[in-house]
Amino acid sequence: MYDAPLRNANVEALNTKIAAKDVQVYYGDTHAIKDVSVNLLDNTVTAFIGPSGCGKSTFLRCLNRMNDTIDICRVEGLISLDDEDIYDKRVDPVQLRAKVGMVFQKPNPFPKSIYDNVAYGPKIHGMAKSKAELDEIVEKALRRAAIWNEVKDRLHAPGTGLSGGQQQRLCIARAIATEPEVLLMDEPCSALDPIATAQVEELIDELRTNYSVVIVTHSMQQAARVSQKTAFFHLGNLVEYGETSQIFTNPVDPRTESYITGRIG
Amino acid sequence: MPVSWLILIVLAIALVGYMAGRMRIAGFHGAERPHSLPNYYGWNVAMKAMVPAFLLLVVWLIVQPFVVNSTVSAQLGEGAVPEGASMGLVMSDVRRVAEGLDAAVAQGLMSPEQVTDLRTEFSNVRERIAAAGVALGSNVTAPVLAAAQTWRKMNNTGTLMMSAVVLGLALAGAGWGLAQTKRAFRARNTVESGVRILLLSAASIAILTTIGIMLSLIGNTIHFFRIYPAADFFGSFTWSPSFGGGSQLGIWPLLWGTFYISIIALVVAVPIGLFAAVYLSEYAGPKFRAWAKPMLEVLAGIPTIVYGLFALLTVGPLLLSVFGRDGLGWMQAGTAVMTAGLVMGIMLIPFVSSLSDDIINAVPQSLRDGSYGLGATKSETIKQVILPAALPGIVGAILLAASRAIGETMIVVLGAGAAARLSLNPFDAMTTVTAKIVSQLTGDADFASPEALVAFALGMTLFVMTLGLNVFALYIVRKYREQYE
Repeated sequence: MYDAPLRNANVEALNTKIAAKDVQVYYGDTHAIKDVSVNLLDNTVTAFIGPSGCGKSTFLRCLNRMNDTIDICRVEGLISLDDEDIYDKRVDPVQLRAKVGMVFQKPNPFPKSIYDNVAYGPKIHGMAKSKAELDEIVEKALRRAAIWNEVKDRLHAPGTGLSGGQQQRLCIARAIATEPEVLLMDEPCSALDPIATAQVEELIDELRTNYSVVIVTHSMQQAARVSQKTAFFHLGNLVEYGETSQIFTNPVDPRTESYITGRIG
Repeated sequence: MPVSWLILIVLAIALVGYMAGRMRIAGFHGAERPHSLPNYYGWNVAMKAMVPAFLLLVVWLIVQPFVVNSTVSAQLGEGAVPEGASMGLVMSDVRRVAEGLDAAVAQGLMSPEQVTDLRTEFSNVRERIAAAGVALGSNVTAPVLAAAQTWRKMNNTGTLMMSAVVLGLALAGAGWGLAQTKRAFRARNTVESGVRILLLSAASIAILTTIGIMLSLIGNTIHFFRIYPAADFFGSFTWSPSFGGGSQLGIWPLLWGTFYISIIALVVAVPIGLFAAVYLSEYAGPKFRAWAKPMLEVLAGIPTIVYGLFALLTVGPLLLSVFGRDGLGWMQAGTAVMTAGLVMGIMLIPFVSSLSDDIINAVPQSLRDGSYGLGATKSETIKQVILPAALPGIVGAILLAASRAIGETMIVVLGAGAAARLSLNPFDAMTTVTAKIVSQLTGDADFASPEALVAFALGMTLFVMTLGLNVFALYIVRKYREQYE
């Protein structure tokens, strides 16, 4: 963890991967996240739902310290990955982000070839000793992202030339190529058509076997389809967190019920 | 009537027309609402009053001198041209006499009747005109005086006719516009097409001027190659113009100087400018950036002659103290390729940095996020994601800086010396194409000699070079843009 080289995810059944306690986030004077405490499980897809501006993306970006790149953003409270505080001074955020990968709302392939897009992470982290090893990593990542068959004949074509759905799966391949332990996805399907969305959702379900996946989504159907756990955010508060089936069929909080039945949001 | 008065009167007619047009349509309301807002009816009238009148004015002002000139020279005939002079010289005499007579009338030294009755036999025209402040080179002969009289008469009638016709046209235009001003008339659309024509003509003036510059350059270049063989110009490695004839005008020493100084300038400007841009756009805080970027751009506002002085008075002596006779002994004098190159490089830094900064800022934030999200550091992100994405724009900025470097004159004149030579030593004095164009055209040389006309061939070469560079820049930008966006 502390500048340690990357290691493989140790797969144990459903223990807590990320624990957040009393997290507060401020953007300048705005109090964006209030007292959020949540335990995110390993080998589980957790969905963050809630109306726009409720802070779910902000909280997601705290989990791999992406908010550090925003000058006015301030994070308080405790967030730990495998019981180690990720905001500890000794933690290198750059190493952390290799362990907590991220996929963004809009597909953002680099202006490079498909191969170089995927090889980018492994290269900067020195994960491959030889070209053959790198080739293997790239192929494995592309296969796991379910895009290998579509791109294997044009690995050296620019990644920006792919369709939107393919680009997003390429970005997922890019994120899993660095062997992260957690995968954060910020509305990964919002720019995709229904067919590409279905492909990505199927992929997310498969990724659960190796990773803890956290997905922010605006689509409640999507949350119900892909996640085992759901967290509902409202106005910066974590209103309710529980089993997805329970949240959608039998919510405890009246605000959750209003949101999933379409009365607020 | 002077032209300035004419213009003012036409403008006044247009203004009155504008108001009349507005008032005429302003009466309609409610169900009878006119097609356009009252403004447009006013503009329609003003446009119709102004545009044809001004167009005619311009054409008349261009054509009248030609007509008068040809009529008067036909009146003079070949017999009036003395030995050793040309028709052009006689005509300029005629013009001077006419101007002198006008001046004399204007100052009250002669009445208009006296001027018309003036005879060379009875009075000394030269003295009388000199009294009005116009000095002549020789005595006025009878044919010249007669020609000058015709000149004055034609110009006077011409100007009078012009005033009448232009004013008539302006009034007619305003009347036409007013007659059109009816409820159903689509004044808005008419004004729209008027605006389009205005913008179109501005664009065509720019293009036509460019074509005109090219044509004059090409014409003079062809003229030069008629009297000086192109094979020598492009094939000789010696540049030694001598105005007595027998000069060798090989372009290579100048091209080499241009190339060498530009390379040094770019070697200075590109890394510094690019790194400054990367720092400003990726690392600097908003406060430092707000202060540093304008400071860098101040560099771009310094006139090049000031850079030239800086090269001559500061950088040259500084280099000389290190590389000169007291130091390493490589440098003979303060003016050298290195001096000019360094200073030119400093001049180009803001070009490269300012443009690159804009281009780097335009790289989408999502790419940065993607790279940081994979655990890349800032410099890894810049090197592997941002710079490749910004590459076409940066190449464009560098090539723009290169064309500036090739076309730069003042720094070279003051900083690099005037010796045209082919040498690899960057501490030698050399010169460039642009500096030689200046020195070939500012001498006392006969303008028809190859030594002066070579300036056009040099200019043409330079033009073709920078054009090639620009085309290449466009090609690079297009090629990479297809790949990246």
